[in-house]
Amino acid sequence: MPERQPVETVVMPSKVGGIVEQIALPFISVVLAMIVGAGIILIAGFEPVPAFVALFNGAFGTPRAIGETMLRSTPLLFTGLAVAYGFKAGLFNIGAEGQLFMGGLAAAYLGVVMGGFSVWINVPVILVAGMAAGAAWAFIPAVLKARVGAHEVITTMMFTFIARYLVSFLVSGPLKAPGPVAQSAQIAASAVLPKLHDMLGLPPSRAHAGFFVGLVLCVVVWLVLKYTTLGYENRAVGYNPVASETAGISVSATTIKALCISGALASLAGVTEVLGLHYKLFDQFSAGFGFTGIAVALLAKNHPIGVIPAAILFGALSAGAGTMQLQADVPQKVIFIIQALIIFFVAAESIAQWLFRLTRKEVAADAQ
Amino acid sequence: MNSALLELKGITKRFPGVLANDNVDLALHEGEIVALLGENGAGKTTLMNVVYGLLTADGGSVLYEGKEVRIKSPRQAIALGIGMVHQHFMLVEPFTVAENIVLGQEPSKASVIDFDAARSFVNDLSERYGLRVDPEARIQDLPVGMQQRVEILKALYRGARILILDEPTAVLTPQEVRELFSVVRSLVEEGLTVVFITHKLEEVINIADRVVVMRDGAIVGETKPEDTDEAGLAKMMVGREVVFRVEKPPSTCGDTVLTVQDLVVRDSRGIETVRGLNFDVCAGEIVSIAGVSGNGQAELIEALTGLRSVSSGTITLKGRDITHASARGSIEAGVSHVPEDRLRRGLVLEFDLAENIILGDHRQAPYAKRGIMQPAAITRTTEERIEAYDVRTPSIRVTASTLSGGNQQKLILARELGRNPDLLIAAQPTRGLDVGAIEFVHSEIIKERDAGKAVLLISLELDEVQSLADRILVIFEGQLVKEFVAGEATDEELGYHMTGGGGRKLAENQAAGLADQQAEEGMPHA
Repeated sequence: MPERQPVETVVMPSKVGGIVEQIALPFISVVLAMIVGAGIILIAGFEPVPAFVALFNGAFGTPRAIGETMLRSTPLLFTGLAVAYGFKAGLFNIGAEGQLFMGGLAAAYLGVVMGGFSVWINVPVILVAGMAAGAAWAFIPAVLKARVGAHEVITTMMFTFIARYLVSFLVSGPLKAPGPVAQSAQIAASAVLPKLHDMLGLPPSRAHAGFFVGLVLCVVVWLVLKYTTLGYENRAVGYNPVASETAGISVSATTIKALCISGALASLAGVTEVLGLHYKLFDQFSAGFGFTGIAVALLAKNHPIGVIPAAILFGALSAGAGTMQLQADVPQKVIFIIQALIIFFVAAESIAQWLFRLTRKEVAADAQ
Repeated sequence: MNSALLELKGITKRFPGVLANDNVDLALHEGEIVALLGENGAGKTTLMNVVYGLLTADGGSVLYEGKEVRIKSPRQAIALGIGMVHQHFMLVEPFTVAENIVLGQEPSKASVIDFDAARSFVNDLSERYGLRVDPEARIQDLPVGMQQRVEILKALYRGARILILDEPTAVLTPQEVRELFSVVRSLVEEGLTVVFITHKLEEVINIADRVVVMRDGAIVGETKPEDTDEAGLAKMMVGREVVFRVEKPPSTCGDTVLTVQDLVVRDSRGIETVRGLNFDVCAGEIVSIAGVSGNGQAELIEALTGLRSVSSGTITLKGRDITHASARGSIEAGVSHVPEDRLRRGLVLEFDLAENIILGDHRQAPYAKRGIMQPAAITRTTEERIEAYDVRTPSIRVTASTLSGGNQQKLILARELGRNPDLLIAAQPTRGLDVGAIEFVHSEIIKERDAGKAVLLISLELDEVQSLADRILVIFEGQLVKEFVAGEATDEELGYHMTGGGGRKLAENQAAGLADQQAEEGMPHA
């Protein structure tokens, strides 16, 4: 077959805007989603302005609200980062949810049995063990992808079902704590991730140290992608596996590494939810964080640093939803519509691009 | 001359940072073949894309039969009778030839597609223009030359009076090129006008009635083939004198670098496409494998570079067995590879120039230490290499995709030669490049040779083989059928053996002895 790329390079308009455009586009998408969301609130017979004020108050209005936003952002930092890392290698890890469950399972089990050590030993060991569990859960789909080309979207999704029902079985059977509720035993106090207000002397909230672990990890992953041979090979394979192979990069080894690292990152969402918030494992301990992570990665344009604002945005929407219902009487479910609209506008980037260019042109015209 | 069928006046087209067409005037008359000649990036394709409605000009006007028209889409262009065959075909691969040709304008009876009518239309068209093609064949099963015929038939089916062919020979074999030329001539006899976009001088001389030369977005001259020659055209196109024949001193063969013994390689379908090759390449020598595409060259290259496993036989590099080396092992052993498909295999287009320069060496000092990349060292090396290999770029931080074809190839050379290899494998190193870049690539390859490197050149271009090689090995159906020393063979002799004319493989020829060689068309001895 002839090569697909043109030999005479046409300057693609989409490359021109550069970094400003890369940052501006997701932002415009979010604003558009808010505007259309306001319209929907209006049509549903509510007042959009008080609804958004309540939403904002619920997310950022008080120290407690900020804490709640941080709490809800925490698992999304990990799952968003996991999905973004996979995308950088050209892999769609749709199974972050399953890896999250395996991380949660490892944390709930070790949190109980490791009770005897100090928190300085317990927490790091459990974090690492949870990552190992998530990586192991991603390893089988990774090998299937690398060796026989089984598509990771199918295999990681199927492994998510297995993980969820495995946890479901364990918390109602072998790991079930005494009592009427299907849940595991409470983890030891020495395995609990400290609350942020205890660490920093802030007003009380539910936010825990996992948030900072997530922030640090975003920076670490960014540095790894940019400044290590591991990250370089990961990106090379993601962009062009044929050229990578020609340059002596093992595409299958890189694929396996990338999906396992992605699984390890996703599992931390489960680990921190157990160690920082629930202190035990039960059927519904994840509110689909693995799947929301896909939206976070999309909004972040797969940039590890971009994951931070994207996760905080989705965390804030989730934290503010309750207040919005309470104060403005707008159903919480509206938030899901706004989330969906954000994804819609990010995916349909050309809309934001068009608006961006329009404002640019006006600026240019004004300058003349 | 009769009045113009299509006239372009003052066409101007800007891309951000580039003036692709600068106030271009061009008139096309009925029944002529106009060659639009220029280097890559001269604005030829942009201009024709404006005519075909794919791009909208920023200024200027288009007159069709004397009336001003605004062509805003290919649909309008087609309605006016303008057809275009792109370099990259736009065919639905699983569909048949007939289905592709009628797609969008299907003959139908009561909203049911009338496939019989479609087939007979296609047959009529094929016969009329001598474009033989089976209407029932599926596109994916057809060779590139046939797919191109389908594209031409598609344009004719839509009533094209002006046919624009964008670099139509870039993907064709010499045989297919000859067939295309005769098709084009028969089209013009029928009264069509053909615009032939190219940067190959020889083609222009052969086919065109009129040559329009573009450089830097503007028309710099117009001439007729009979009034000029290749050197004259090249000068117009590049803006300076171009050296065609490569000047090179005779080779001084040193130690044997590469030895290939009884090499057998299977392709992805499991068919043996390399069937027992024996040859060696010594230091300071350019050995060329000449052959028609698809005679095992691709698999040979992949085996030598560790990209494909070897079924049997051995590959030795400087006395070291690298038969089963991986791609990485092969690079580390001292093999550099300038791949045929440079956009897919040679570069990561989304990477910037620095990231591309270290591709393959990215694990090694000074570019990485204990798995950590060393940006300062990478930047320094990249800047040195960009300078040494004359890669024209505004910055080393732009992506490789923004470079022109010639500069992309220079970037690959900068990486592969800058590594200081023992063996350079260059596959079709000048395919699709303009004369200036070809000149550069050739001189770099000869520099490598003169620096005592072994060079294996795999090329379909006989000119290139003849002017660069110190020894020519002819490959046919996975076997070496003939060996020539530089200057020994004419193009006709090479062509004869490339197409299986010799009939026997080299080993047998050698056994048959000197008498055999002399019997064949009385070739001179070097």
